[in-house]
Amino acid sequence: MAEFQIEKREVSEVDIISLHGFLDAHTAPQLESVFTSLIDNSKYKIVIDFQNLKYISSAGLGVFMAFIETIRENSGDIKLSAMQPNVFEIFDLLGFPMLYEIFDTTEEAINKFITN
Amino acid sequence: MTAKKNRSYELIVKSETSQLVAIRDFISEKAKENLIQDSILNAIILAVDEAATNIVKHAYNYNPENTINLKLIISDKDCTIVLTDFGKSFDPSVIPQPDMKEYLSQHRVGGLGLLLIRTLMDSMEYIVSPEGFNRLILKKVFDKAVV
Repeated sequence: MAEFQIEKREVSEVDIISLHGFLDAHTAPQLESVFTSLIDNSKYKIVIDFQNLKYISSAGLGVFMAFIETIRENSGDIKLSAMQPNVFEIFDLLGFPMLYEIFDTTEEAINKFITN
Repeated sequence: MTAKKNRSYELIVKSETSQLVAIRDFISEKAKENLIQDSILNAIILAVDEAATNIVKHAYNYNPENTINLKLIISDKDCTIVLTDFGKSFDPSVIPQPDMKEYLSQHRVGGLGLLLIRTLMDSMEYIVSPEGFNRLILKKVFDKAVV
């Protein structure tokens, strides 16, 4: 299996990006391309499903930082969900929960967009 | 019980981000052989990944024709990781530690690798050798789990 894979789906105009494997300096550009393409298509309601992400380094964290401003300026958001404990620990260690909403399940994150 | 001798392992990889997986797998394999607990292993893997990424980016400016030498020394008390490169050196003491509140509120990008290394490891030493190599020495003590 590839080191890192991305799956995309859409529910009620919310784009759900599911990450699989290892997000590091080598694989982060793949995720950047996905964000660039969403923004190019004016899609700003984004949920990142971390359930199958095994590992993240600062290069991966940097992708979320790179796009959050543009997305929020367009009344959208990046909501994060279903993180494995070791991945959440890295987000938490650097204080990222202050800037991003993190949900236990992807459904909760999607619903937050729908009910808003 | 008598203390075991230090165990030492070496890996040499090309200076490309595609080698990060080989570095992580190498550390994971050797740590598991030595029964290092997962929380310590995760911290070491991330710190070394960040250090190797910095070497690829900053020491070698993404030129893949260079090497990163990694040495892992495991004792009963701690794990020492030595990363050697032959590229551009830097002075870690002049690189400011980002204030994360400010960093996040300003939506800044990058510059978190060194902060993670310092946070996850118990000590960090950087040596610029007059012989033309740079050496980053990281140490993780086993009885102090961070992550």
